[in-house]
Amino acid sequence: MSRLSVRKTYKLYIGGAFPRSESGRSYPVTSAKGDFLANASRASRKDARDAVVAARKAFPGWSGATAYNRGQILYRIAEMLEGRRAQFADELGGGKRAALEQVDATVDRLVWYAGWSDKIASVHGAANPVAGPYFNLSTPEPTGVVAVVAPADPLLGLVSVVAPAIVTGNTCVVVASEPSPLGAITLSEVLATSDLPGGVVNVLTGRQSELAPWLAAHMDVNAIDLTGVADADLALSCEQAAAENLKRVLRPAAAPDWAADPGIGRMTAFLETKTVWHPVGI
Amino acid sequence: MTTSLADVASSDSALRAFLHGLPGVDRVGADQRAAMLGTRSIKTTAKAQAIDLAISMVDLTTLEGADTDGKVRAMCAKAVRPGGDAPSVAAVCVYPDLVAVAVEALKGTGVKVASVATAFPSGRTSLEVKVSDTTLAVAAGADEIDMVIDRGAFLAGHYMKVYEQIVAVKAACGSAHLKVILETGELATYDNVRRASWLAMLAGADFIKTSTGKVAPAATPPVTLIMLEAVRDFRDATGRQIGVKPAGGIRSTKDAIKNLVLVNETAGDDWLTPEWFRLGASSLLNDLLMQRQKLATGRYAGPDYFTLD
Repeated sequence: MSRLSVRKTYKLYIGGAFPRSESGRSYPVTSAKGDFLANASRASRKDARDAVVAARKAFPGWSGATAYNRGQILYRIAEMLEGRRAQFADELGGGKRAALEQVDATVDRLVWYAGWSDKIASVHGAANPVAGPYFNLSTPEPTGVVAVVAPADPLLGLVSVVAPAIVTGNTCVVVASEPSPLGAITLSEVLATSDLPGGVVNVLTGRQSELAPWLAAHMDVNAIDLTGVADADLALSCEQAAAENLKRVLRPAAAPDWAADPGIGRMTAFLETKTVWHPVGI
Repeated sequence: MTTSLADVASSDSALRAFLHGLPGVDRVGADQRAAMLGTRSIKTTAKAQAIDLAISMVDLTTLEGADTDGKVRAMCAKAVRPGGDAPSVAAVCVYPDLVAVAVEALKGTGVKVASVATAFPSGRTSLEVKVSDTTLAVAAGADEIDMVIDRGAFLAGHYMKVYEQIVAVKAACGSAHLKVILETGELATYDNVRRASWLAMLAGADFIKTSTGKVAPAATPPVTLIMLEAVRDFRDATGRQIGVKPAGGIRSTKDAIKNLVLVNETAGDDWLTPEWFRLGASSLLNDLLMQRQKLATGRYAGPDYFTLD
């Protein structure tokens, strides 16, 4: 008797769980050549709302964890990803060798950001010289909940926008690439098994034009990364909506080259600076 | 039934016979009916109305050992003007020693002051202490008294003792409204909830209230449903209308609206006013205000823009 294959249902990743969209909708995902791959959930604004609630709930724990601990967890994600190298290369499609290179670059990117967790404060913070008997120290603090509209690059691009947001202690709601969302859900399975607390990363799949405006306008979202928004009008309206509660907005002028050295700009974009004065000699 | 109600409290055995003669509650049926009514979809303008009605029904409550005069004053200010053009809440609910502070802060605003009394939340003290607790709260200016019943006596079957305590506290209330807290989380069965509701109403309660908020589960929808059925049946039997106040565990706008649906479908819209239905809550108000703002602005609201309490 031949065996029936067990095929994966691609769902959302919210608060550490994998729910279907509350709307019950899905949309077909096709490969670059137009072949049907799978149906992905088409998240609604209410899923986005729930994801923000989950991210907010996870924020105190994640931002309060030690930098060392966050680094370890990011490194753990890299380990888990390495273990699923073949699966991710398969899902990426295209040439086998090119796909494996992409996966390796993604693992390396995670390890690179993992190392930054306990160094960003030294690089981005400062002991400020002041004209008075005080120590004056500036230290970076996570902004809060970051909405991330992920770029089309389904793996390296995705990790390159998510890792810098969470390594400093932010939590995020990711809108996965609309044409190629499957890698984001498979990555969620990696995140779910990497000691990353539920809710630190929440992944929505669906229409960018449907989800991004709600996240941009949401008063409980502290920053938005519009890297993945290709439509200039949508990006502009998101920026305008984000102004209502003075969200930090990251909107690169040109599409970034994900293979290049990322620099620390993406981490510092979602940091606040806390400055404390401490009397000297007491 | 009216004729029999006049003398059900004439003796312990008559009271017991009456309470145990009440029809039993179908647990599965009550759970299902409450769950089914919870699926009603209330949207747009109806939702806006429901939110404003719910705000006007809130008994804004702080019952912590750490309560201070300042906290009560801040809560009173919020009770009068919750935010934007939202209506005032119905009442604030505090411990007896803080009633004077609340009365001072709410003078002339129309927001009532409710005080818990009778050794809240356990009720484990003598009747003398319970009565003087009530007297003090009333003397300090409380408009409403939230008393707890002696659950131990009730569960042991000493219905007359519970009845007499309620009567005594009611007498101590004078003109103040008496809300009787059944603490349904400790009553074990829905049948007991129905019996305790009738017992409290017979003894002269103006309101029956589900819970202290200190015991989980608190105001679950089926319990509220049973109490609403009790006040409906009591009015049919006696012509006297009694209010209902679910308290504890109602944290979201969705929960509040489910409660309003329960009221409308069970007791009827005579009860859909702050005079006859209250929601005992503290964190609920912020959620109602956030939903209100979401409807007004079209964007999801965030807790950063509402007061901490």
